[in-house]
Amino acid sequence: MDIRSQISMVFHLDKCIGCHTCSIACKNLWTDRKGAEYMWWNNVETKPGTGYPHKWEDQEEYKGGWVKIGKRVELRGAGKFRGLKNIFHNPHLPVLDDYYEPWTYKYDDLISSPEGNDQPTARPVSLVTGEHIEIKAGPNWDDDLSGSELYAKNDANFAALSKKEQEDMFNLERLVMMYLPRICNHCLNPACAAACPSGAIYKRGEDGVVLINQEQCRAWRMCVTACPYKKTFYNWHTGKSEKCILCYPRIEVGEIPACMHSCVGRIRYLGVLLYDAEKIEKLVHLEDDHLIEGQREAIVDPFDPKVIAAARANGIHDAMIEAAQKSPVYRWVKEWKLALPLHAEYRTLPMLFYVPPLLPIMGNVTEGTYNNKNQTYFTSIEQSRLPIKYLASLFGVGNEGLIRSVLKKLMAVRLHRRSIEVSDMTPEFAEGALREAGLTAREAEEIFKLTSLCTFVERFVIPASHREEAIEMTKMVLDHKGETGFGFLDGPERI
Amino acid sequence: MLDILLFTVLPYMAFIVAMVMALYRYRTNSFKFSSLSSEFLENNHLFWGSVPWHYGILVVLSGHLIGFLFPRHVLAFGSIPVRLLIMEVTALIFGLMALFGVCMLIYRRFTHSRIKIVTTGMDIFILVLLVGQVLSGVLIALFYRWGINWYTVSLVPYLKSVLVLSPNLNYVSPLPHLIKYHIVSAILILVFIPFSRFMHFLVVPVHYLWRNWQRVIWNYDRKMIRKRY
Repeated sequence: MDIRSQISMVFHLDKCIGCHTCSIACKNLWTDRKGAEYMWWNNVETKPGTGYPHKWEDQEEYKGGWVKIGKRVELRGAGKFRGLKNIFHNPHLPVLDDYYEPWTYKYDDLISSPEGNDQPTARPVSLVTGEHIEIKAGPNWDDDLSGSELYAKNDANFAALSKKEQEDMFNLERLVMMYLPRICNHCLNPACAAACPSGAIYKRGEDGVVLINQEQCRAWRMCVTACPYKKTFYNWHTGKSEKCILCYPRIEVGEIPACMHSCVGRIRYLGVLLYDAEKIEKLVHLEDDHLIEGQREAIVDPFDPKVIAAARANGIHDAMIEAAQKSPVYRWVKEWKLALPLHAEYRTLPMLFYVPPLLPIMGNVTEGTYNNKNQTYFTSIEQSRLPIKYLASLFGVGNEGLIRSVLKKLMAVRLHRRSIEVSDMTPEFAEGALREAGLTAREAEEIFKLTSLCTFVERFVIPASHREEAIEMTKMVLDHKGETGFGFLDGPERI
Repeated sequence: MLDILLFTVLPYMAFIVAMVMALYRYRTNSFKFSSLSSEFLENNHLFWGSVPWHYGILVVLSGHLIGFLFPRHVLAFGSIPVRLLIMEVTALIFGLMALFGVCMLIYRRFTHSRIKIVTTGMDIFILVLLVGQVLSGVLIALFYRWGINWYTVSLVPYLKSVLVLSPNLNYVSPLPHLIKYHIVSAILILVFIPFSRFMHFLVVPVHYLWRNWQRVIWNYDRKMIRKRY
């Protein structure tokens, strides 16, 4: 066992209201700079939709992620041979127009224009060239356009659906959408890091944050191609790639990442997961069907004494282990098995998990009467407005059973609470639902609490970074004591 | 007199400037030690510029290098006219490829408004320098035939004499001006390596071939801590 720790996330999509507050918080803090204007380390997409950059899920075009060919797992569009071969010109690199051309308005014209017969206007200008532009696309241009021919119709996940199912989703009465907030997944098997020819991308041992060393980055841009989620970005001004840093300067001082702190719907959870790094290689090579299950297995129980001993032997701080025990992420992902990774088939082992949204048809109109009585517990799930197949394409590597089991649990929790709050069904009915979903009443209660009544400290469990012990990590305290007091940046060594 | 300056003094100055400045920049400002890729802003014309340029120049340059390292073998190999002809034609084709590529790169720099934003004076300067270099090379191949042969007997000895610190002008003085220009321009390119986007070939990521796929960095030796305390 090689136990390592990872700061990991869960986004509860039932609670996302698509307000983009997370995106704005991140933008203000990190990417409001020249060359980074077009970057949205955090963005919120409408599904069905094409997302940002345009059609990022279409790996035939962008060649992101890992792919299993026979028994070998290889980078689809980068790597030692494919990457270096394309080093002079990378045909799979998304370009500025695949994202959008960032712009601002000439606000100054409103007050400084000379007097005339016409009302002055603030024309849009490109933030790249400074010239006037026609705005043709933005970072969330497909927002709420679930019925759109331009965006929703081109959703890559429709490949999994039959013609009929696709048409159904565009029926006016059945139009449906959900929001998908995305940040870097801080993967266990990051394709960006594997694709970097300079070796500038690395995973921090202590908390698993994936970072790009700006000093070492040499602008080969292979990470942009390799990341299947398109969450590494090329800064055209500095000539360096950048990505979400999980607000590590905030995490290190015990603060919450900006996107999560500002989340209006409180959909985000952050906590530590302990995992067995020895299993990763085998895990990456699993068949598609077993990927999610395998990843769950690699995440280990932080209460298991063997795990704790192995974690300690690996130098994981007690504060980290304690945080792992309190981690809300562990409960969602491993205990309740409600949170699933996004597009696990890319084989990067993403460490950001999503609770899929429940979009049931609760009632229907028969002969002019609204009927909301369900015949069985989960009829409404089978009639879900968002086809289970579609959700399975996003979160289940096509495995509908996985999604069904999650939705059943979520539904059972609702029925359970409904039997208590509204009392329009017998407790036996709710118990039956729980039993069929595989939950106990206690678990249902806990899921309910962590979903609806969770406090800030329950949603975010960040281990103390113990800066007071920072020196002890690198050298003997007594040695250090003798060296401090007078400020030399370099030691006074002479030859 | 000019010959002495160009062919005995300049090479050493160029070499020293290039070495010292490259090391200096790498140590003090490695953040900027690469060239600014503009593929993100324009990737269509780049294909027709960058790809022929790089493959063309790589083949031509390695030809020069092979001739320099193994002059006898190259001479012997080229002693059969058909072989020599094939080598010459190949070199010329790749030279023309490089010429087409570098012209495309210049065209691209001047026509796209987005590219203009990230273009510096130095970018233009070195592109012009490269056009001069490749054009003179192609012209030499056309007008001073069988360069592969005479390169090994007249220029390689000169380069070797420079390398062993006793530059022998007798080899270069009688050469035509076009060839002299080709040599001097090559030395100038060497000078400008640390001052321009040429720097990227000093950081060619060869080590990528044998490094591990993933990198994990620990702030501290994680196992030592527990042992010590």
